[in-house]
Amino acid sequence: MSDSHPRVHDFATDFDHTDQAWVADPYPIWNDLRQRCPVAHSDRYGGAWLPVTHDLVSEVAYDTEHFTSRSVVVSERRPGPEDLPAPIGVAPPISSDPPYHGLVRRMLLPAFTPKPIAALEPFTRELCRELLAATDGRASFDAAVEYAQHIPVRVIVRFLGFPQEDADLFRDFIHLILEEVDLPAEEREERFAAVDAYMDAQIEDHLARPRDDLTSFLLAAEIDGHKLPVEHVRGTMSLLMIAGIDTTWSAIGASLWHLAQHPEDRRRLATEPELMGTALEELLRAYAPVTMARLVATDFDFHGHPFKEGDWLLLPFPAANRDPAAFDQPDLVQLDRAQNRHAAFGLGRHRCLGSNLARMELRVALQEWLARYPDFELSDPAAVTWSAGQVRGPRRLPLTIRDQGR
Amino acid sequence: MTHATLRVHVDPDKCQGHNRCYSVSPDLFELDDLGISSEAGAGLVPAGLVRLARLAVANCPEHAISLTEVAS
Repeated sequence: MSDSHPRVHDFATDFDHTDQAWVADPYPIWNDLRQRCPVAHSDRYGGAWLPVTHDLVSEVAYDTEHFTSRSVVVSERRPGPEDLPAPIGVAPPISSDPPYHGLVRRMLLPAFTPKPIAALEPFTRELCRELLAATDGRASFDAAVEYAQHIPVRVIVRFLGFPQEDADLFRDFIHLILEEVDLPAEEREERFAAVDAYMDAQIEDHLARPRDDLTSFLLAAEIDGHKLPVEHVRGTMSLLMIAGIDTTWSAIGASLWHLAQHPEDRRRLATEPELMGTALEELLRAYAPVTMARLVATDFDFHGHPFKEGDWLLLPFPAANRDPAAFDQPDLVQLDRAQNRHAAFGLGRHRCLGSNLARMELRVALQEWLARYPDFELSDPAAVTWSAGQVRGPRRLPLTIRDQGR
Repeated sequence: MTHATLRVHVDPDKCQGHNRCYSVSPDLFELDDLGISSEAGAGLVPAGLVRLARLAVANCPEHAISLTEVAS
């Protein structure tokens, strides 16, 4: 995407979250904007705004009157009136507004509380051990490609009750949606149709043979006494895959990237296992992967800025998490940080539905990694690459193992 | 001060189910079927859990938790 965009010279007036400077290291950009703006503007994408303080990000997250979630991914193409059965959106409930949002969300919430998520922990732990066993004896390997990226996709496939061998299919699907945006429209549609067909087959199979998994849960769910239409079930399945895969992959990778460069933090986590609770939250704060987006719903004045209906607004929770007005020494990772109201999973009614799942995966992935490889470092800092767009995480993370552990 | 007891309370209108408090202390908080938190029992904080109660307050992203002194 960024290849076709001119480089940014001033992020205050012309920001682009796919610019290579932002992709490489967005934190200095946000720190600078926080002092200069703190609401940046860009004519790119047909007009977009970017608040970078914790206060302003919170304000937008809580304001469902002036902002809509109809689209939460900034692109050149805005949803038109024909696109969506508003207020449902293409992937309910992330793309829904109140009051419909609340109905769908309440239907899903019971599947994502700590108890059902804990049931996935033994599978996740075994998966991490298998992935690590496959790296046995190697002095260096890519932890993003060979470890982090496999964990969330296989857990989601398990959660949905699809065959494990189909996990690769979903990695391709995510890639299609998020990265291969410049494919010819016809080819894109064909491939989307193939994914829909796959899900329809799974839905039929689950209708015929209900079991204890998320697909059967969705098929049995009712809103106002009515079962969900198949398109709704498919939309929610897509959402779970899109929202649940590269986000957690990014959080695991970014945490390993940090630990690779901070031997003292590695040692503390290995020797003080009780630190994991606050450490997880601190890593999520400092390296929050997800920036959300809203569309301005109506013309209004936002702190002196003339917001117009249809303008994009990037909602950078990772920037809120680095605001010195909200966090003491925000650029410093303190694994025992006691006060940490971070917004990595968002704020308000759209709080990440899968936050308990993400936390469990991140915790287990780090525990298992550290148990096997307590001592490791970046093979080559310049070889690390980061994803572009609204989900930030390492996509190439070559690590060198210094101590083969047990 | 020395005789005061602390009571913890979750504002159900503010709680969005982050479950940060529950992960800090499952003894002080309980979750309903939707993952919305409330104080366990009457919310009275045993002396041994005061530190965790304060930690829960300081980690709620929605500022939904309050801690007040009640006469004992």
